[in-house]
Amino acid sequence: MAVLKVKFTKTKRDKLAQVLWILNWISVVTGAILFSLGLFLKVEINKRGELMAERDIQYVPNMLIAVGLIACAINFLGGKICYDCVDTTKFLRWKLIMLPYIICTFFFTFCVLVGALMCYSMRGELEESLNLGLTDAIRFYKDTDTPGRCFLKRTVDLLQIHFQCCGNNGYRDWFQIQWISNRYLDMSEKEVIDRLRSNVEGKYLMDGVPFSCCNINSPRPCIQQQITNNSAHFNYEHQTEELNLWMKGCRQALLEYYTHIMQSIGLAVLITWLFELSVLTGVRYLQTSLENVLRQGDPNSESDGWLLENSFMETARTNLNIIKSLGKNNHIHTSNNGDPNINVPSTSKAHYGPDNVPPKQITEGS
Amino acid sequence: MVVMKMKFPFEKRVKLAQGLWLLSWCATVAGATTFTLGCVLKTELRRRAEVMDNTDVHIVPNTLMIVGLASLGINYFASKICQDALDAGRFPRWKNFLKPYFAVSCFFTVLMLLAVIMSYAMKGSLESSLKVGLRNGIRFYKDTDTPGRCFQKQNIDRLQMEFQCCGNNDFRDWFEVQWISNRYLDFSTKEVKDRVKSNVDGRYLVDGVPFSCCNPSSPRPCIQYKLTNNSAHYNYEYQTEELNIYLRGCREALVNYYMSLMNTIGAGVLSIFILQGSVLVSLRFLQTAMEAVAGKENTEIETEGYLLEKGVKDTIMEVRSTVWDVVYSQMSPSF
Repeated sequence: MAVLKVKFTKTKRDKLAQVLWILNWISVVTGAILFSLGLFLKVEINKRGELMAERDIQYVPNMLIAVGLIACAINFLGGKICYDCVDTTKFLRWKLIMLPYIICTFFFTFCVLVGALMCYSMRGELEESLNLGLTDAIRFYKDTDTPGRCFLKRTVDLLQIHFQCCGNNGYRDWFQIQWISNRYLDMSEKEVIDRLRSNVEGKYLMDGVPFSCCNINSPRPCIQQQITNNSAHFNYEHQTEELNLWMKGCRQALLEYYTHIMQSIGLAVLITWLFELSVLTGVRYLQTSLENVLRQGDPNSESDGWLLENSFMETARTNLNIIKSLGKNNHIHTSNNGDPNINVPSTSKAHYGPDNVPPKQITEGS
Repeated sequence: MVVMKMKFPFEKRVKLAQGLWLLSWCATVAGATTFTLGCVLKTELRRRAEVMDNTDVHIVPNTLMIVGLASLGINYFASKICQDALDAGRFPRWKNFLKPYFAVSCFFTVLMLLAVIMSYAMKGSLESSLKVGLRNGIRFYKDTDTPGRCFQKQNIDRLQMEFQCCGNNDFRDWFEVQWISNRYLDFSTKEVKDRVKSNVDGRYLVDGVPFSCCNPSSPRPCIQYKLTNNSAHYNYEYQTEELNIYLRGCREALVNYYMSLMNTIGAGVLSIFILQGSVLVSLRFLQTAMEAVAGKENTEIETEGYLLEKGVKDTIMEVRSTVWDVVYSQMSPSF
């Protein structure tokens, strides 16, 4: 009892082959698009590489790139096969390859689906990576004289300006670290000495933020220093002031940005997966109907096409038996003391040449 | 005296027609490119329209757009003419069309060259427009509560951050203007009162700049206020300090940006002009060569092609008298 049997006339088979040829080429294009999306994501992640701690997030763009390339290759081959399937003689060339090709494509569609799901699951790791990376970046903001961290200040400033954010969670992150280097602090001044003494670690902490936190939409000139001191500035209340600095934290801003990219990419991958599935189904129908045509002998007759010859359970059982017997062929049979030539009954008919005449018996004295 | 006479055997005529057909399609694409370049330039100029005083410089992109559209039409007709040129039956119907066609095409081709020249020549006008516009922008920076100037602060801040510049000529322009609104000044404090009294106009002037002048590449946190006071900051000398704030003036930055854009576009349009000119010259040769074939029985004879039948001076006088006759005949019925 075949699964989803469909009758195919000759014209229907030809049309199916042509449609599949077009679909395969469209899938090649979508594979190329997938490849470029993976490349784009890799570039975007590497651009902000300084702000991310070491985490395993490179696997998502790498997988997308690999899936894109494999999709291009598989669908290119599929296009060639479908193009040749219109002609029954050319189909014979591909007959042996088609079943392995279909099995490979079936497993490949699984990979595509996994790729799509990974896009959505990357968010958690990315958030953690950004959290640690940004904390370190803010801590090393002042170290513009340390090799390896010279440009961290510039990177953080440009990040805060471009993404319109301040600090890790909010602007208060800047209050907890010393972001002004000791090189620019006058250690002989009383104010500096007081501040350094006021905390255990001897850090110069202040309720001020760098200039890159300033909001350009503010109607008044930016207030960067003594942010929490209402009396230091005229007509200013820091609890209600929203336009002075960027209120969003940079981790949230970056996360939103990357989530947006990955959602678009995930959507594209899902659409590719649907395409691949439909191409796979079509190729399977084409293969089975062409094989049935060859079995019947007449290339112009009607034939049946199906997804599976027997029901799902039977096919699974047969395949398991095949896999088991593949394993058994490697074992030595121990029933005849290991010698396979003992007691093999001759059940085959003797073959006496082209005219099949048994030889004359040689008798004595002839 | 004929200008640039050339002999055209039959094969050469055929090759000329085929080459011209291909060339005219290339020129059509080039015309579309010219139009796009004009659009791009106009968009870029409009983006910074708030810091420009007048729109005189917009004549360059407008001309480019007009020329681009015109060359699409010119080259479309050129391809059609050369398709019909080798067919002796179809070519004569273009006869009356060709003289005005060449006049219009020459006019627009010359206009293309004028656009290129203007793109180099408008630098002075652009610079003076930016000078006035930026000066006003800086003067009205504080007026975020005045309708019509609400977004001046935002625009200037964004401009200074994007183009990495400060002020009009340089950062000292901010010292001469009150850029902190009176709404945020506490007039009861002595410091504010002293500053306001210290100048004739009663303005609150500081030797400080807005935060958008700060350079992110500076190794130290940005010093915005008391810029000229070395003792106000530790280890600071404003005469030698180069990385703290942007030293370039915004006028210079914007002029450089727009001139490089217009120079690139000008170079591209110049090559398109040469292409268009060659299309017209080839078409003229084809036309004169085919006209000599008209009426003859053997269409495969060798003919001569030329640019102008008479010399340059005679042709100009003839054109002038034709135009005058046309204008006179249009005017006289009105009497």
